Amino acid sequence: MNKAKLVDNLADKNNLESFPTRDGFGKGLVQAGEQDERVVVLCADLSESTRTHWFKEKFPERFIQMGVAEQNLATVASGLAQYGKIPFIASYAAFSPGRNNEQIRTTIALNNVPVKIVGAHAGISVGPDGATHQQLEDIALMRAMPRIVVVVPCDMVEARKATLAIAINNQPSYIRIGRSNTPVFTTDKTPFEIGRAEIFRQPAVTADVAVIGCGILLYNALVAAEELAREGIEATVVNSHTVKPLDGKTILAVAKDAKAIVTVEEHQISGGLGSAVAEFLAKNYPVPQEFIGVQDRFGESGEPEELIEAFGLGVEAIKTAVRKVLKRKS
Amino acid sequence: MSDHIHDDKIKELEIKANQIRQSLIESLVSAGSGHTAGPLGMADIFTAFYFHILHHDPKRPDWDERDRLILSNGHIVPIRYATMAHAGYFPIEELKTLRKFGSRLQGHPERERMPALETTSGPLGSGLSQAAGIAYGARIDKKAFRTYCFMSDGEHDAGNLWEAAMFAGKYKLSNLTGIVDRNNIQIDGMTEDIMPLEPLREKYEAFGWHVMDIDGHNMEAIVDAVQEAKAIFEKPTLILAHTIPGKGIEKIEFDFSWHGKPPKPEEGEQFLNELRTLGGQIQSEHE
Ligand SMILES: Cc1ncc(C[n+]2csc(CCOP(=O)(O)OP(=O)(O)O)c2C)c(N)n1
Ligand SMILES: [Mg+2]
Repeated sequence: MNKAKLVDNLADKNNLESFPTRDGFGKGLVQAGEQDERVVVLCADLSESTRTHWFKEKFPERFIQMGVAEQNLATVASGLAQYGKIPFIASYAAFSPGRNNEQIRTTIALNNVPVKIVGAHAGISVGPDGATHQQLEDIALMRAMPRIVVVVPCDMVEARKATLAIAINNQPSYIRIGRSNTPVFTTDKTPFEIGRAEIFRQPAVTADVAVIGCGILLYNALVAAEELAREGIEATVVNSHTVKPLDGKTILAVAKDAKAIVTVEEHQISGGLGSAVAEFLAKNYPVPQEFIGVQDRFGESGEPEELIEAFGLGVEAIKTAVRKVLKRKS
Repeated sequence: MSDHIHDDKIKELEIKANQIRQSLIESLVSAGSGHTAGPLGMADIFTAFYFHILHHDPKRPDWDERDRLILSNGHIVPIRYATMAHAGYFPIEELKTLRKFGSRLQGHPERERMPALETTSGPLGSGLSQAAGIAYGARIDKKAFRTYCFMSDGEHDAGNLWEAAMFAGKYKLSNLTGIVDRNNIQIDGMTEDIMPLEPLREKYEAFGWHVMDIDGHNMEAIVDAVQEAKAIFEKPTLILAHTIPGKGIEKIEFDFSWHGKPPKPEEGEQFLNELRTLGGQIQSEHE
């Protein structure tokens, strides 16, 4: 049954470990540094927040402090990559790839060099810092750009695997990580491969709906699916951690089975995973789709959980979206 | 405004700054997150501006002729909120809502929620450009108001800021005054270790600015410097305000680890006590 090898006590949120995805990135980065000495890390005055300080402690000679200068961060990394290094550049997603988008476009994507862009403090779950720091457009920015691999891990364990995977993929890549503690519900045994979506929940019967998500909200999607099952609604839940390249094969298969889709992400509805899925299915297998995401507005100060609810990203909102899409099913 | 500031007025401003520091600590404790060192270090300058320097009207924040105060380093906004509350822009009680859901007092300032903040900021390095734009517009329309831009030292790492410095120098924006919180700290450590900024004075001078160095905790020096800036007609002016991060609370002073954390409730009590017992008698370091 549990092919995805998720934790056994999935529904027991209070007893799950809770860590931020940035911790997984920080650990993965140290490991990547151990495995390949070409890995260098550049940070823009945010080494603790981005957890690059762990790498810095271990490999001080491969850590480069850029100061508050995200444009230089991206472009110096481009030079390092052209030379032959594997640079990870870390800042808040609001500033990288937010502020330095053109630098990324020309000097990393067009140049086609393997710089790894690490967008920390992404999403509304940043919390009290407010709208300026809650990056909700980064997936769209990165996904629209040719050549960039876009990965959005769902928990700390997956963030570590994703970091290791992009360290060796030899492509310009973007990884999105978050600030706040979130449930750790995958395990070391959960399969992870860039470009391959994982089915995290598969009903024994034909599914009524397929919920496709990425990032920390995937946990809410799984909880919603369990609760819906008690109402007799069966949901497949897919972890589409790689937003680009999208795993069309898996998405097509679950769409054909369920014939209704709900997408879930902590990002503007415009341009994110939901858009990617819709673009793909509109062409290949059109089915009704509802979108869980931020509805064309900026974030605001508040506690992470409070904001997740207020912005319609919680378990109830997902259940409502499922019921809504089922009504549209012919 | 008279040219010279009287001793009584200085004393009054110092007492006010102490009260504002207390409100700041209370609001940070209530928020449970936020920045402490930078805001404390800028308390004296904010007080001098809102209670003596600025031409403004808390009851009419959209008054066309008001001086514009642009805060570039948005993370220190709690000190602006505390000062504005004391100046009468909104009830002091509202400071307790800092960083809470639904509050106008966002973690970083948002113009849409409180127009008197003038601009939205937090992402560093872009305040001076906006201030320069305002100053340029005001000059086209021959407006008399002045534009002030508060910046941090850490944000001088950012290219955008130097683009603005070059622009203001080119157009000789003498109605623009920059004030830098030169506290020598940023998040990862001391500014000169993270990305050396010195010689900051000479850099601005090379870009066509008139530059002054002052003790950012000396009310008289703050007021005099702004007065001098008004007398410079062919250049923008930069005031390098040397400040002590965490000024007023011994435990926080000079410690960069206080950049981005609030006092815990027990600490808050202790800090408030420390401020209260000074009874408004804060003496400048350089007297
Ligand atoms: C463009 C941008 N990059 C990074 C940050 C994150 N950040 C917030 S404050 C700060 C430190 C800047 O130093 P300074 O403003 O001098 O800090 P302070 O003296 O107030 O402690 C950084 C890097 C940001 N707000 N904006
Ligand atoms: Mg500083």
